[in-house]
Amino acid sequence: MTSAADKLPALARCAHRIRRYALRMGEVQGQGYIGQALGWADVLAVAYGHALNLQPQNPQWEGRDRFLLSHGHYAIAHYAALIEAGVIPQDELETYGSDDSRLPMSGMATYTPGMEISGGSLGQGLIIGVGMALGLKQKQNPAFVYNSMSDGELDEGSTWEAAMSAAHHQLDNLICLVDINNQQADGPSSKVLGFEPLADKWAAFGWHVQRIDGNDLAAVLAAFETARHLKEAKPRVILLNTLMGKGVPFLETRDKNHFIRVDPPEWQQALAILDQNAPEGAAA
Amino acid sequence: MNTVAEKKPRLTTSAMIASIAGEGQRVKAAPFGKALVELAANRPDIVGMTADLAKYTDLHLFAQAYPERFYQMGMAEQLLMGAAGGMAKEGLIPFATTYAVFGTRRAYDFIHQVIAEENLNVKMCLALPGLTTGYGPSHQATEDIAMMRGIPGLTIVDPCDALDIEQAVPQMAAHNGPVYMRLLRGNVPLVLDEYDYSFELGKAKRLVDGDEVLIISSGFMTMRALEVAKALQADNIGVAVLHCPTIKPLDEVTILAEVLRKPRLLVVAENHSVVGGLGEAVASCLLQNGVAPARFRLAGLPDAYLDAGALPTLHDRYGISSEALSMRIKGWLG
Repeated sequence: MTSAADKLPALARCAHRIRRYALRMGEVQGQGYIGQALGWADVLAVAYGHALNLQPQNPQWEGRDRFLLSHGHYAIAHYAALIEAGVIPQDELETYGSDDSRLPMSGMATYTPGMEISGGSLGQGLIIGVGMALGLKQKQNPAFVYNSMSDGELDEGSTWEAAMSAAHHQLDNLICLVDINNQQADGPSSKVLGFEPLADKWAAFGWHVQRIDGNDLAAVLAAFETARHLKEAKPRVILLNTLMGKGVPFLETRDKNHFIRVDPPEWQQALAILDQNAPEGAAA
Repeated sequence: MNTVAEKKPRLTTSAMIASIAGEGQRVKAAPFGKALVELAANRPDIVGMTADLAKYTDLHLFAQAYPERFYQMGMAEQLLMGAAGGMAKEGLIPFATTYAVFGTRRAYDFIHQVIAEENLNVKMCLALPGLTTGYGPSHQATEDIAMMRGIPGLTIVDPCDALDIEQAVPQMAAHNGPVYMRLLRGNVPLVLDEYDYSFELGKAKRLVDGDEVLIISSGFMTMRALEVAKALQADNIGVAVLHCPTIKPLDEVTILAEVLRKPRLLVVAENHSVVGGLGEAVASCLLQNGVAPARFRLAGLPDAYLDAGALPTLHDRYGISSEALSMRIKGWLG
């Protein structure tokens, strides 16, 4: 019998490839939210490499787990995960952000297979997730709804409308993933609009709360397992502290802001550094 | 604007959700709630959702009939609209209710981005349209059509009476895409059964004919227009009424044909601001098609924050009572 932990080497390779795909898309465009993509890659690896119940060739399969990208600007990371999952062909990443591409800069449901919602107007994902989770229960469909969101979205009142509602309706099929990289458009999230003590807030709203290092694959895997298998009739939130630029030291240490500047030669340098530290057998 | 109000005794503001029916007028109780209950009997995909206003939108009847398909979302309009979108993504057909002011103003981005951008099957039935409450601008949705017309692919219905509402509900459910209905609730006047008329989504229909004036109207202003047509008969003024309950998409073919049929004073009567409503939609349609009526006047609410007070007083003050509308039209005829 294999335990979930046995999957860790494979998930490390999956996370590596997600980072590579994202960097290649960034290079195509000469820009992109690469800091967030590198920081969120481990979470996406566990989601798409382990937790989500999907049929890659049939993205609208009724039984699938729904993964909502509320922070639409993370699309570069999500496309990378969808390539890794086999939903989007790898060669399509060359079109990222180009005219007539299925991969626009901000995620849109009507453009991309596997993109469940049009995020980007921040603070909408969790509310849509409440509706989908209620709808799944109405249909007696056992699938999960995952909402992926940023810490900046904690500023939006709609997030907390959804949080109250999910607990009120005992939505144990709803899992919220919050990326706490402490960066938003005007600076550190804690300076823009302080959100701590965050775990206490979600707990007070009636949620099952876990707070972990979002770049520790083993911890992320364990948290997903707990969230899925919990028997309490509560929605679940995983608060994930992440490091923007994770895996590329010169980006990890660059002056942090919402949009990390990357000079043209640096895309290849970043790929080279990633590959030097690649887990065994990780070639994309 | 006119002197009708000044001649009448001073009234007191009635309950927020007072019926707009005149004294002794025929009414039907809760036509929306009853029609939805009837429709949902054979449509398990229909769900009801509200933001703490089930009783005040007649959705409580649905909640009583189908408690397992009724969702109380609390006084949270963004949640109401966004979650309704989520429900629709799962193949259900949510009828979402609150007041029009809250549903449109507070939840606009959720209607725009979650519901309409994906052409989701959410049916928004929002009460207290225009000037149907005396509680002042906090509750008077006088610019809702202007806001909602700006959303691509959104169908907008402004029913006149109980018959319109009963017939609109199943057609809204059958329509593939989002619909906004300006909901009349409680004891709703019954008027259109006296005419050779049935509601058809997307269609404008002539109810009466006349040679001097053409009123194009929606919502309960069609009821007022019919009253005006009768009243002006005494003065040998012929008034035609074209009822246009679907504001978007506009039935341009019927409107153009009706305006071209006879040269008349054209009055667009609507329970909405003159900015961005049916009047401007009709004007744009006529101009773009090179069709000019003999004269053109807007009989809508002023571009202003309206007063609080008793509805009859306010309808007189802002020119949308039968008496005030008759006087305005006579004035325009000179």
